[in-house]
Amino acid sequence: MAQDNGHNLDRDRFGAMLQLMHRIRAFEEAAIAAQKDGLVLGAIHPSIGQEAVAAGICANLDRNDLLLSTHRGHGHTLAKGADPLAMMRELFGRAGGTCGGKGGSMHIADFGVGMLGANGVVGANIPIATGAAHGLKLQGSDRIVTCIFGDGAINRGPFLEGLNWARVFDLPVLFVCEDNGFSATTRTREMTGGGGAGARAESLGIPAVAVDGNDLVAVDAAARAAIADIRTGKGPVLMHCRTYRITGHTAVDPATYRPASEVAAQRENCPIARLESALRLAGMADGDLARAHGEAAREMTDIAAQARDTDWPAPEAAYTDVQDMGDPRERAF
Amino acid sequence: MATDTYLNAGRRAVIEEMQRDGSVWALGEDLGRGGVFGQYKGLQEMFGTSRIADTPISEACIMGAAVGAAMTGTRPIVEMRFSDFALCAVDELVNQAAKARFMFGGQMRVPMVVREPIGMWRSSAAQHSQSLEAWYAHIPGLVVVTPSTPADNLGLLKSAIRNDDPVVYLEHKNLWVLEGDLPDGEHLVPLGEAAIARAGDAVTIVTWSAMRHVCLIAAETLSAQGVEVEVIDLRTLWPWDRDTVFGSVQRTGRLLVVQESVSVAGFGAEIAASVAEALHHDLKAPVRRLGAPRIPIAYAPALEDRARVSQESIIDAVRGLIAPRTAA
Repeated sequence: MAQDNGHNLDRDRFGAMLQLMHRIRAFEEAAIAAQKDGLVLGAIHPSIGQEAVAAGICANLDRNDLLLSTHRGHGHTLAKGADPLAMMRELFGRAGGTCGGKGGSMHIADFGVGMLGANGVVGANIPIATGAAHGLKLQGSDRIVTCIFGDGAINRGPFLEGLNWARVFDLPVLFVCEDNGFSATTRTREMTGGGGAGARAESLGIPAVAVDGNDLVAVDAAARAAIADIRTGKGPVLMHCRTYRITGHTAVDPATYRPASEVAAQRENCPIARLESALRLAGMADGDLARAHGEAAREMTDIAAQARDTDWPAPEAAYTDVQDMGDPRERAF
Repeated sequence: MATDTYLNAGRRAVIEEMQRDGSVWALGEDLGRGGVFGQYKGLQEMFGTSRIADTPISEACIMGAAVGAAMTGTRPIVEMRFSDFALCAVDELVNQAAKARFMFGGQMRVPMVVREPIGMWRSSAAQHSQSLEAWYAHIPGLVVVTPSTPADNLGLLKSAIRNDDPVVYLEHKNLWVLEGDLPDGEHLVPLGEAAIARAGDAVTIVTWSAMRHVCLIAAETLSAQGVEVEVIDLRTLWPWDRDTVFGSVQRTGRLLVVQESVSVAGFGAEIAASVAEALHHDLKAPVRRLGAPRIPIAYAPALEDRARVSQESIIDAVRGLIAPRTAA
């Protein structure tokens, strides 16, 4: 357990990762608050409680590496290096959003930092990530692709097709099953046969490693080892990160389908609290720990205020970026 | 000028574009053995297994992988064997490929060509015979192409490969063996431009894909009877060539749309409705459509033929359009 190894922690490295997890959480808390104010327009799927997966994986990626995410992708996107103001503007549907207000939370993408998109369809990012790796390999690139998906995705066909493909073509892909226990509002274990993500990967010849997804230090170590293997040309690896979704499926889902005691216990197991304990053991001062939290909260509150003051996209933008050929307005009205 | 088949014209297009652009590659089942119809025969020997890639029978992943590979700077040609099988990859084409450029605010494009052989061919029955071009024409973000001659298959496929957006490229299985002249040297047919396959002034027939040839045979019969119809082959369904169609209908005042696919909610309805909306005062007769009844395509020829638009039905429809209207 990370707490037991706290004395040996690299305080600079893990202090930065703690800061990142605070920023992810603060971003989502600001977004949830903004949704209550009517500023976030569509559904958002918070990853509160799951921040260690985003932070621990992305800390081991280069900026040029590629990442594909899910509908629950704010943390992954921020961890890959996207600008949180552009992200918040996207959630607010404003000009200057990562996608110009055309995508919203479920389609956040920032190709400039190698973040090839959240996706509104469960598991749909798996074949695309596989193909991105295929494209990189064809071009002789040494970059790798990380594909994060939820536990629900392993029950869709594209999971089988994509993992098999990555094995057949020996592609440089890190598959990450970010297992928060729920397929939307249903417990995944009640809907899943066999041994789950890792067993299914291994049945296809893909090495799988299971890790406590709320233990940042463990996620970081497992990701580092997996990515090192992938970079040496060994082909795909799957990481199964068990975590827990503190919020409901969406920000407005009260999640009454699970007992309050379960959620309370999981709050104790929160990855931020656990890393704070480890860093405290490693000698980080309480004041520094508190400062990390405070700075993140202030940053994201400011960002939400800035996003609120941003213009809407020009209505004509609805007709751009559709396709080069043909007039999208044709016969519309 | 050389004579070759529609199939070989497509093969030549792939060879020329792969030689011209190292980022073009093809992926699909059995491509190393030439593909199910031989469209890729010998190409793996020419270009290697990386650029002519055999894939698992994983249509969703073929399509989805092409999306990812297109996002990372390559130009994939997706082979779906039969258009019917592409229905296993609808999410990847419709939700992903078609929408990525818009959804992500124009940060990138998805340059890919999806080859989906369509149409009725040798008792292939309900899951190997469909023509679903109207589905794709309905989807913002997709270009839809339906070549009908060897020269057009060469020139349109080359243009499709060079297009920066996803192109659904629907070759007709019954045309593979059709022979025609292929120009020497570079031959590009612009997307979005119809061809006037036959000039005439009595009735405008708008058609595409294999029905072009049925319409032309019917037109010969009508010509012998003194009726000169104009046959327009759309070639590209999205974007379709409104100027050519409208110009013709303004001259003839009569429109017949002929399609192989199911008539109900087919692309012919779009042509008919557009002409009716825009050219109502130019029309000398109500617009007509001919297409398949809304039945799955059967195996036995006697049943399969019930889904075919015949020369006779085209001739009858033209005659009905030019017959003097009698008072009810």
